[in-house]
Amino acid sequence: MLAKKGVNPPSFRKTGTTIVGLVFQYGVILGADTRATEGPIVCDKNCEKIHYMAPNIYCCGAGTAADTEAVTDMVSSQLQLHRYHTGRESRVVTALTLLKRHLFNYQGYVSAALVLGGVDVTGPHLHTIYPHGSTDTLPFATMGSGSLAAMAVFESKYKEGLTRNEGIKLVTEAICSGIFNDLGSGSNVDVCVITKGGKEYLRNHLQPNPRTYTNSKGYSFPKKTEVLLTKIIPLKEKVEIIEGGDAMEE
Amino acid sequence: MPKQQANWSPYDNNGGSCVAIAGADYCVIAADTRMSTGYNILTRDYSKICKLADKCVMASSGFQADVKALQKHLAARHLIYQHQHNKQMSCPAMAQLLSNTLYYKRFFPYYSFNVLGGLDNEGKGCVFTYDAVGSYEKVGYSSQGSGSTLIMPFLDNQLKSPSPLLLPVQDAVTPLAEAEAVDLVKTVFASASERDIYTGDKLEIVVINADGIRREYMDLRKD
Repeated sequence: MLAKKGVNPPSFRKTGTTIVGLVFQYGVILGADTRATEGPIVCDKNCEKIHYMAPNIYCCGAGTAADTEAVTDMVSSQLQLHRYHTGRESRVVTALTLLKRHLFNYQGYVSAALVLGGVDVTGPHLHTIYPHGSTDTLPFATMGSGSLAAMAVFESKYKEGLTRNEGIKLVTEAICSGIFNDLGSGSNVDVCVITKGGKEYLRNHLQPNPRTYTNSKGYSFPKKTEVLLTKIIPLKEKVEIIEGGDAMEE
Repeated sequence: MPKQQANWSPYDNNGGSCVAIAGADYCVIAADTRMSTGYNILTRDYSKICKLADKCVMASSGFQADVKALQKHLAARHLIYQHQHNKQMSCPAMAQLLSNTLYYKRFFPYYSFNVLGGLDNEGKGCVFTYDAVGSYEKVGYSSQGSGSTLIMPFLDNQLKSPSPLLLPVQDAVTPLAEAEAVDLVKTVFASASERDIYTGDKLEIVVINADGIRREYMDLRKD
């Protein structure tokens, strides 16, 4: 309706990243690629996109890196204070509510798209949180510019009640799909498995992109600038030194 | 009601990088084989290098539809030249033809960033570098495309480009051997693929020397 009046909906840019999460038999598994981009340039080939929230809750972040770091750190601190206050283990819905309230308050200006997953007394949970503050509760989820490539894999191969190894394999396949088919994602696969018993953070679980060529002899970098002219001008002659002037006023 | 802006563009950028290095008796021209649009890959196996004449090869990055049209135009003009002069066009002659062809479309340009490489009439390597509207210059080496900002400073450092302030004017053709130049090109593309998202998949290297034209491939990062 608004489009008829000439107001186009704002176009949004899914920034370079592939992040995923799925629920398996004993808990949740989160996955992420490790490429950080500034436009067309890779600024970090091995960054960490799976953030700690609580001992039993982790959160993958896509969007502006500063925003995802800041918002997950902030809610992680809030959860710790809440744990001290209540004397109980944190629940995923608590993290969810804290995050979505913050993002909604900033009306989408905090550009963080998150996949939140964890296991608490109520069971395993997986949620997606959008920059404007809306949330979904899903059995499997993907976010970021590579989300379509990853979701294609999930939609083909996901089923309920996956085992741990099946789950890790599927998450890895989905992230690899993003890494190879989306230019905004790349480098390595990070995986995090969360169960009732505890968590397993598999940093660089897969490294399918080694450097393709290294010269055996290496390169030397001699001094390059040619000397065009050598002239020494003593500076003291250019300055008149007056002895015994007034000391500066305090 | 805010004024509606036109949002259709006749151009697209298919990404990629090209490089050419001139040697004393050879010329190396190389380009990656990735063709992309936005954040998607269209194909991992597209050649950006085109043989225009016996001793003259062009590599182009930018909008591949315009590149293809430009290559066809130059090939047709070369055929006419051969009919009229009963010989192949020399590399410096083709260089000027390319410049004129590009400037002809000064007000609706070919979105094509070219680098021409080959041997001149004496068998010495020569490289010409262009902008989108035909400004060109004979140089010892050059790079164009999305990775050129990453590649060019390294080539400047390694290929000892003499200062233009020094007199007499020195030729920038490198004294390196052919194998060393090919090695340099491989290193340069491996590095560019690490940091430029539009460069990768496979590297195509073409070497022109007195024996003829040789083609070589190397795998690059596919992410």
